Order: sequence, then structure tokens, then C-alpha cells
Amino acid sequence: METKHISLTSPSMPAVLIQDFPLDFEALNLEARFLFIPFVCVVGFGIGCVFLCFFFINGLCLLLGVAPRRGFRRRRGAVAGGAGPAAGRGALPALAGAGGAGAAPAAHTHSPSPPGRAPSGTPALGSRAGRAAGTMSTGMRYKSKLVNPEEKQDHEKQYVGFATLPNQVHRKSVKKGFDFTLMVAGESGLGKSTLVNSLFLTDLYKDRKLLNAEERINQTVEIVKHTVDIEEKGVKLKLTIVDTPGFGDAVNNTECWKPITDYIDQQFEQYFRDESGLNRKNIQDNRVHCCLYFISPFGHGLRPVDVEFMKALHEKVNIVPLIAKADCLIPSEIRKLKERIREEIDKFGIKVYQFPECDSDEDEEFKQQDRELKESAPFAVIGSNTVVEAKGQRVRGRLYPWGIVEVENQAHCDFVKLRNMLIRTHMHDLKDVTCDVHYENYRAQCIQQMTSKLTQDNRIESPIPILPLPTPDTETEKLIKMKDEELRRMQEMLQKMQQQMQDQ
Amino acid sequence: MVAMAPGDAADGGWAAVTPEHGSSLEPEECSMEPSAMPEEEMPPSVAPSPAGCQLFGYVGIEAVLDQMKIKTMKTGFEFNIMVVGQSGLGKSTMVNTLFKSKVSRKASQPSQEERIPKTVQLQSVTHVIEEKGVKMKLTVTDTPGFGDQINNENCWDPIIKYINEQYERYLREEILITRKRKIPDTRVHGCVYFIPPTGHWLRPLDLEFMRRLSKIVNVVPVIAKADTLTLEERAEFKQQIQADLKTHAISVYPQEDFDQDPDDRVLNDRIREKIPFAVVGADQEHQVNGKRVLGRKTKWGIIEVENPAHCEFPLLRDLLIRSHLQDLKDITHNVHYESYRVRRLNESNRPALSPLNGLPGKAEGSSDL
Repeated sequence: METKHISLTSPSMPAVLIQDFPLDFEALNLEARFLFIPFVCVVGFGIGCVFLCFFFINGLCLLLGVAPRRGFRRRRGAVAGGAGPAAGRGALPALAGAGGAGAAPAAHTHSPSPPGRAPSGTPALGSRAGRAAGTMSTGMRYKSKLVNPEEKQDHEKQYVGFATLPNQVHRKSVKKGFDFTLMVAGESGLGKSTLVNSLFLTDLYKDRKLLNAEERINQTVEIVKHTVDIEEKGVKLKLTIVDTPGFGDAVNNTECWKPITDYIDQQFEQYFRDESGLNRKNIQDNRVHCCLYFISPFGHGLRPVDVEFMKALHEKVNIVPLIAKADCLIPSEIRKLKERIREEIDKFGIKVYQFPECDSDEDEEFKQQDRELKESAPFAVIGSNTVVEAKGQRVRGRLYPWGIVEVENQAHCDFVKLRNMLIRTHMHDLKDVTCDVHYENYRAQCIQQMTSKLTQDNRIESPIPILPLPTPDTETEKLIKMKDEELRRMQEMLQKMQQQMQDQ
Repeated sequence: MVAMAPGDAADGGWAAVTPEHGSSLEPEECSMEPSAMPEEEMPPSVAPSPAGCQLFGYVGIEAVLDQMKIKTMKTGFEFNIMVVGQSGLGKSTMVNTLFKSKVSRKASQPSQEERIPKTVQLQSVTHVIEEKGVKMKLTVTDTPGFGDQINNENCWDPIIKYINEQYERYLREEILITRKRKIPDTRVHGCVYFIPPTGHWLRPLDLEFMRRLSKIVNVVPVIAKADTLTLEERAEFKQQIQADLKTHAISVYPQEDFDQDPDDRVLNDRIREKIPFAVVGADQEHQVNGKRVLGRKTKWGIIEVENPAHCEFPLLRDLLIRSHLQDLKDITHNVHYESYRVRRLNESNRPALSPLNGLPGKAEGSSDL
């Protein structure tokens, strides 16, 4: 037998190896034998390791694919707490849905899949699974050092981080502070000042002078502003109360609401100018956000002056009607009066401020509160500047020979509802409606008027019809720019002076 | 509840030279005043005055009081009251509570809904109520629509016109040649004006109304729905109202100028301190301490209408009915009606230079007042 030299390094090796590989060991050289066996062992071992690793990783991936689905069976209700966490967790269920749909065909055991995601057909499966796998791989990259795959950390793997946005907004607003302008209107003697003091627990009217007899005969409607800065738990509120003394007091009250509508329009106009100006950094927002209108409890419903006032103002400001001095009415009378007023508001087509609908996924308790709030409009309120002793406690109330009226007792009056609505739950909504609805209406009207006026003027000058908005020439533009600069400088100076005065 | 004093115009006593004595104190304290004219008899209990003479026995003069009482009980009384105020101040309820029966306008038109009329209307409702054999023909005049409009200028004109019409009617009857024995009296004896309980001051409308009307009729101001004022607020409000009335020289009932003697003055001063009365009206009964009382039931207590610690309704009732009813009528007859008559007769006199002969023809040349 001829021994064939099998050189492992020969170029023709592969072909020879495949075809002519001797299967008997004896034919091989001793050295080859020694080299061959370890080589085979090493290669086999390496391949085995590779396969093992592969399987191990796959298994791990499968495990991870199952875990997120299990974690997000949490109730949405418990999640809807503050704004921050809700937004963050809102992002996660979306991913969970994708992950869940991806893993759904794999394991059919879980039942409550998020609504709308369950009927995902298999055609979409591939993309979703791919997406899930993709996120999972990024998650893995992110948490490659993880030793303990718990549930909480599993869904942090899908955490992008914009859930903290509401917190950032919150922090900035707290620093900047809020402002709120409230107008109170109604005849004298209906308890407006007392109610405002009770609402904000301050004494805004301590140095109010009541007019004497002669001054009263010729009294006209005035607009008086009181501004106060209130701070509570680090949140600053700049509260402006616009009072309207003299409204409805004269013998002839024709158009007694005109000064009030003029004032509101003025504030809108000022804001409009500021907004259209060149320097918009320090715009002062003096627009009236809410108007509390006091209805006298002594009538049988709305009086003609009430109807006319509300009709003149319902397109300009949020009107919240209140029944003043409700301690002169017994409960059946209050019910009748409220019904009567609601009917008349509908009959005359007055658009009072409507509370926004609450979301359908809120708690039952919240929805119940909201319903109660809507049913008790208009609120029957009682105000008090004095603190009296009732059942061993000191409460805000009024002391009568026949009993004590507690202002903050829900069974006695609707003061608590009004305060919660105005301050605790709907203040921001009131501001939004003012900005989005009333101000925009005013602005649209204003612009329409301006354009129609311009077309009219132009038609007078030349018989040829021109474009509705001719561009102003450069000179006037320059003038406008200069004036805006001046205004801005003056505003800054004023603010500096105000700051100095406050510091003193 | 009989006011026993000579003052009723039943026997045409208006033509007598002696001034009428409208003393309307409590029934027990009825006194005949010594007048300037020496014809009046003096009761034996009065201290000897220079013009009279001593009686040395019982004559029986005081029996004339009994005769008068019997007569007035047979003929009955008439009382006309007007209630004025904005809608919803409880005028009808107050009238019902005062006379403890359903005498208001709303009681006689129960099906009508509450609607504010566009102009001031005047609606009179007449009832005859009887107590202990004494009959009273009570007329309540209501004024819906007063002060409810946006422009309330001259909303008092229909009321002034109505009052003057009643005077005119009486005057016509009076100057007839053959007069009736008892002229039907529709003149307004008292006008109750309801002030809304603002707690601050009198409004221009209130001042204007009271100024004009206190000259032609007895005005009794009251604070309506006073259960909305605490006791301190009530006291402050009253002080402010009294100051306002003084500043504008408005004289409400009881007027200071018509106090006839020191006793009257003391009594009326006490009343004047409390004017205007803070009243609460109620027509429902509730159980308090085992008794049924008229009141309003709220979540924090029951307001008893007849409890002087709660509100001043008893004082108003006493003033209007128990003590000063006859006085109201007398002042209406002697003061307000007389001034109207003088005005009217002067007016109709001026075009003709001859003195008035009491002919009806002259009076019919009338000019509007």
C-alpha cells in the first residue's frame, strides 16, 4: 500500500479532503493522528458552545417578550392620577399593546388585552413583532447589565422620558405665578364684597367709603379694580377684582351696563394691540376671565335689568350667575328660584359659562361630583366676614337669634361648590375659554371691522376696486416700529419702578 | 279690637268748628281732650280748669262712649291700605299675615303666574273681616310692576294719580247738595312701603317715592325680608335710613307735626326710634316647643314671625291695627284730604273771581293734579 502524504496545507486540500479522506486512522501518520483528534474536539466544542449560546439568548428573549404583557394589565383608573405619571404611563400601554399583540399568538393565556388591540390580525403581526423585538433589543442594549428582570424594570425598558413634561411645566408656572381677573356685578347690597372676602380669605375692602346721600343721587356706574397678591404653598396668584359700584342703583338704569362692556372691550383691545405689536415679551393680561353676576333673591326670577345685562355680556366674558344672600330663602324656595332662573336663562338665550364635560374614563365619584355641580347652578351663596362659634367650633358664619348660618356647610348654601369650581377645579378652564373663545371672537370682529373700514375708505378715494388689505407704506411702518420701541422701553421702566416700590 | 274715639265721619262732624280729636291710644286709655273751645264737656276726673265747673254728682256723661261704641259696631269700619314695593319683597304674604286671612291680590287670583308687568298697575281687593262682632271692610291695593323695570322714572305717577282720584271721589260726594249719610270712604289711609334689605342705605328710587308720597298719604316704611340681616346689621341699616330720611326731610308716619299732646309725643317717639320696622312674613305654621307658630323653617332654625326677639312684625301689626288705625284714618281725613281739598278748590277758584258757593258746577271745571 502506498502511503499518501496528506498535507493539511496543500492547496488542493479541500477537494482531496472531501473526496479522498481516508477514514481509517491507521492510514494516517502518527503526527496527523495526534493533531487530528484535538482539532476535531476543539471544533466540536466550539460549535456546541455557539449553539448553546444561541439557544440561551433566544430563550431569554422569549422570556422578555412575555413579561411586559403581564405587567400592563394594570387598571387605567388607578393610573389616571396626576398629569405627570398619566402621560408617562400613557406612552407605555401603547408599547405594551404592540408587545402584547406581538406575543399574543405565542401564548394565548392572558385575557384582558387593551381594547382595540386584541383584534390585530396576523398580517400586521410581523411588523409589530419586529417593532417589539426592535424595542426590546434597544431595551436590552440599555439594560445590558441587568441581573434581575423584575416587572417594574421591564417596562422602564420602554421609557422614553417625556412623561416628565407636565412636571417641568408645573415647575415653570410655579416660578412665574398665575394671574386671574374676576369681575363682580350686581345691585348694591347683595353681598358682593363680603363674598369676595370670603372666597379668597382676605379683606380687600377695608378702606371702602360708603357714599353719603347727596353723592348717591347722582351716582353713575364706576369700575374699580383691587389687586392683591396671594401666595399659598409656594404658588403665587395675582388676583384682580373688578368691582362695579353703582350698577342698577339709579332710578333710570338704561344702559347701566355700558361702562362694563366698554371696560371689557378695552382690555381686549389692549391685549390685541400688545399681541400685534413688535415686542411681545412683557404682555400684561388684564382680560376679565370670569364675571360673577349676583341675582337678587327677593324677586321671583330674573329681573329685566338682569336679563339685559347678561345678554349684553354673554359673548364677551364667562358669566357665572349666583343667587346672593341665600339665607333669606327656605330650601323649597331656593329650589323653585333656581328652576325659574334656569328656565328664564334658556328662554332668553343667555349663554352662561358651561362646565366642561368630564372624560368618560374618570371615576364614578368624580362624575357624580360633576353632575351635582351642574345641577346646582346657579349657586345660592352666602358670604360672611365674621367668625362665629357653632357647636364648639369656630366657623365663618352669620349669627341670628334663631340660629347660626355656616358659610362652609354644604347643607346651608352652595358657597363651597362655588369656591371649588372657581378656584380649585375650573380656574384654568375659565382662562382658557376667555382666551380661546371670547378673545378670539373679539379679535375676529375687530379685524373684520378694520378691513371693512379700509375697503370703505378706499372706495371713497378711487372708483376702482382695490384689494381689501393694502399694505402700508414704508414710512408708516417705520413710525410704527419707532413707537413700538418707545412703548417697550417705557414698559420696562415701569416694571423696574414697580419692582423698586415693592422692594421698599 | 275697637278703637273708641270720635273721629268717624259718620255724622258729618267735619263741618263742625271744633277740631277733631283723633286720639287713638289703647282702648283702655281713651280720653277726651279739653279743647280751646269752651263748649266741650269735661269729664269729672280731670283737674279743675278755669273754664269748667265742678260736678257734684254722677251725671252719666261718660255713657256717650258706650253709645258711640254701639253705633260704630253697627256701622262698621273701613280701612284702606296700599302696599308698594318691588316684586318679590313679600308684600302679599305680609298682608295675609297681618290680617290672618287671605286678603291679598294673589289669594284672589291663585292661578296666575308671577310675571312682571310692563307698567305699574294698581289692583284693589276688598274683603269684609269680622272679629268679636266688629266688622271691618278692608281694601288692599297692590302695585305690581313698581320699581321692576330698567327705567323706573315716574313709576310713582300711577300711584299718585290713584290716591288723588280717591280724594277727588270723596270731594265730589262731599260737595253735593244732598249728601249721603255715610260717604263711602275709599281714600288710602296708609301706604306701607317695602324697602329691600340691602343693609347699606336707601336707594334713589326709595327716596324719590317716599318724598313725593309722604306729602299726600301716610307712608309707613318697613324693611322687607329682614331675616337676611343680623341684629347688628339691622340696627346699622335703620340708623342709616333714619339719617337719610332726615337729610331729605321726608316725614313718614307717625309724623312729628301731628303729635297732639305730650303723651302722644312720648308714645310716638318710641315708635319713631324703631322706624322702619324689620319684618318677616310667613304663611306656614310650624311646631315650636309644642306650639304652632307662624314661621319660616330653614336648615339652621325656625324664624318665628310673632316673636319680638326675631323680627318686628308684632310692632307693625300693633301700629297698623291695634293702636294707630284710627289715627291713620284721622290724619288722612284731617290733614291730607284737607290739603288736597284746599288745592283743588283754589285751582278751580282761580279762573272765576267770585268766591266758591259750594256749587258742583264750579268743582267740575277740573284740572288734573
